[in-house]
Amino acid sequence: MTSADPGPVLEVDAVGMRFGGLVAVDSLSFTAGRGHITALIGPNGAGKTTVFNCITGFYRPSSGEIRARQPDGRVNPLHKMPGHRICEDANVARTFQNIRLFAGMSVLENLLVAQHNRLMRASGFTIGGLFGLPSYMRAEREAVDLAKHWLERVGLVHRADHAAGDLPYGDQRRLEIARAMCTEPMLLCLDEPAAGLNPRESRELNNLLISMRAENGLSILLIEHDMGVVMEISDHIVVLDYGKKIAEGRPEEIRSNPAVIAAYLGVEDEEVEQVEKEIRA
Amino acid sequence: MAVTAARSGQAATEVRTGIGAAVADAAIAAVIAFFLAMPILTYKTVEQVTSLQVVSRWPQVLVGVAAVFVGRLALNLLWPHLSGVRERLAWIGTKLRDAFFAMGGWRTVYGVLIVVAVGCSIAGQLSHNRWLDLLAIGPLIIGMWRRSPMWLLLALALFFPFAPGATRYYVENFGILVLIYVMLGWGLNIVVGLAGLLDLGYVAFYAVGAYAYALLAQNFGLSFWICLPLAGILAAFWGVLLGFPVLRLRGDYLAIVTLAFGEIIRIVLINWQSLTGGPNGVSGIPRPTLFGLQFKAEGGFADYFGLQYTSLHRIIFLYYIILALALLTNWVTLRLRRLPVGRAWEALREDEIACRSLGINVTNTKLTAFATGAMFGGFAGAFFATKQGFISPESFTFWESAIILAIVVLGGMGSQIGVAVAALVMIGGTEVFREFETYRMLVFGLAMVGMMVWRPRGMVSGRVPSIALGEAHRIGGDLIEEGHG
Repeated sequence: MTSADPGPVLEVDAVGMRFGGLVAVDSLSFTAGRGHITALIGPNGAGKTTVFNCITGFYRPSSGEIRARQPDGRVNPLHKMPGHRICEDANVARTFQNIRLFAGMSVLENLLVAQHNRLMRASGFTIGGLFGLPSYMRAEREAVDLAKHWLERVGLVHRADHAAGDLPYGDQRRLEIARAMCTEPMLLCLDEPAAGLNPRESRELNNLLISMRAENGLSILLIEHDMGVVMEISDHIVVLDYGKKIAEGRPEEIRSNPAVIAAYLGVEDEEVEQVEKEIRA
Repeated sequence: MAVTAARSGQAATEVRTGIGAAVADAAIAAVIAFFLAMPILTYKTVEQVTSLQVVSRWPQVLVGVAAVFVGRLALNLLWPHLSGVRERLAWIGTKLRDAFFAMGGWRTVYGVLIVVAVGCSIAGQLSHNRWLDLLAIGPLIIGMWRRSPMWLLLALALFFPFAPGATRYYVENFGILVLIYVMLGWGLNIVVGLAGLLDLGYVAFYAVGAYAYALLAQNFGLSFWICLPLAGILAAFWGVLLGFPVLRLRGDYLAIVTLAFGEIIRIVLINWQSLTGGPNGVSGIPRPTLFGLQFKAEGGFADYFGLQYTSLHRIIFLYYIILALALLTNWVTLRLRRLPVGRAWEALREDEIACRSLGINVTNTKLTAFATGAMFGGFAGAFFATKQGFISPESFTFWESAIILAIVVLGGMGSQIGVAVAALVMIGGTEVFREFETYRMLVFGLAMVGMMVWRPRGMVSGRVPSIALGEAHRIGGDLIEEGHG
């Protein structure tokens, strides 16, 4: 990392997103550091999920650029890549605010679908797999091993053969993270991973994210409302309000930032300036 | 809160206190019956010697309405008293089930069945009574159905042409026809059941396959066995061609556009006189050969094997061709389900957005499903052409698409055995009950309504995971998405 530092894992550069007359994100810039947990916070409707959708290719930003930097120095322009290439080429995976598992498929199948592209190549684009080529069988065994590894990490091995839709809510959240990890990403984007979790599950999630960062060299971008989670595990926090960045910094800086407090308390803009003046004075 | 609401709702439907409420309810039912019956039953046209006359049947309608009124009234009045009886029946049911499993359950039944079967067959041998032989097969069939319906159906299909009483008429119009629809159902099952893409124009690929064989054979003199793969490839090609612009649509829109595509193919076939012969169709399509042996009176299959010539040989040969084609469809589908492409199809049916986030190329995956389904449709079409010897656009109407889709939906989307049984029931049932043509549609409609009430997800709902760490658990139909295109 010293001589050839590949730089931040993600650069969001003056990204804007308009839906008709509505400006959801307005010229937003921030970077997510390599091996860091970066949190994107803000009140409801601040445009956090829109930013996520721009990064992961579900929306095409109206303006600006989003770049992912690979460890080998390659740079992927996420803002103009087709949606499915972002996971495949840029190694960016995501989870969803309202969990999107394949409910009618088993837990293991969910994790194998995540390894689709690798298995597809191994199966000779189906032709080889149809006749049971040994190389494909080996690839499938490896895929199952990877799936098992992540099931162990999230503590769901015993549910591997059950329908994903049958799992309790907290397990589904963890399964979605495991599924995203089975794509072997370098950047994992989590949209409110702690939503609906009880305090114990939330604590387990913190530990899981921290261990994933440590052991897999993973960078994480996180949207979260649970400030307990955000303040405890984030290295860097970006605060959005009405599509604009209002603050950025380390958790302890954000915690005491008056603009952030004002945004969360729902104070009018003029009052924010007033609050800021008061604090400066 | 929700529980009490549900309970009070239940109470409202189950217990109707007071004669007044019961009569009012029965009156409403009678009025509904009247309005339903009036347009259907009241007037009938009767052919006279010189003209067509309209006959009214008001008395019958009124009798029907009265019957509905009385029946509903009786039901309303008796229902509260019946609940005790139903509880008692349910109690007896559980007792019987406990007793059944206490006595060893199905294992005992199998034992008894085997003893009965052996006994019957010995008795049949001794007394030369054919009915006892049949009795011997019966328990075996029941036992196999419990164990593995797939193998039972396969065994029955293999021996069907040689079964006692299988005349040429039955093999051709029952056996072959059912198998064509089994194959079409399995082909469409890939598109609708696995990938969740609602295709109302599947018959287009059936037509492409049929015309591909007919025209290739007529214009270039190619044999059936060369044309069969070509027909499949051409149909798959058309599947891709159609899929490319269409698959960006979803749900209802996709259904409508595929329906339109089916019609376009048919209308092109009608109007492209110079190539397809228009509404007159293509006739004189060559029959398939068995390694060069033709099925004809002189110097053909029968002569080569020194058999007495009968036209049944050709029919039986055709039967085994379509059986092999259908089994090929089944084998490929079952394999594909366990391959990444099959899992991607099912994942697509479950959640397209999640698929995209995992790096699956949604368009390509849909196209492969469309093309694979179309290919099997094309195979079936080529077989249809060679079986009939004559094809015309009339065989490829929307009605065919609707029947194939109904087979898939009734059988249970994604279930191979369900689709096979549904084809047997729907197509076979139609053929067996041909004499009762007037009431066939009525029975069919009732069966559909019954299905929707009791088995809304088809005969065989749910799926078994394609891979398991330990023991695979069947996943209930309620968890499985139907797909939204």
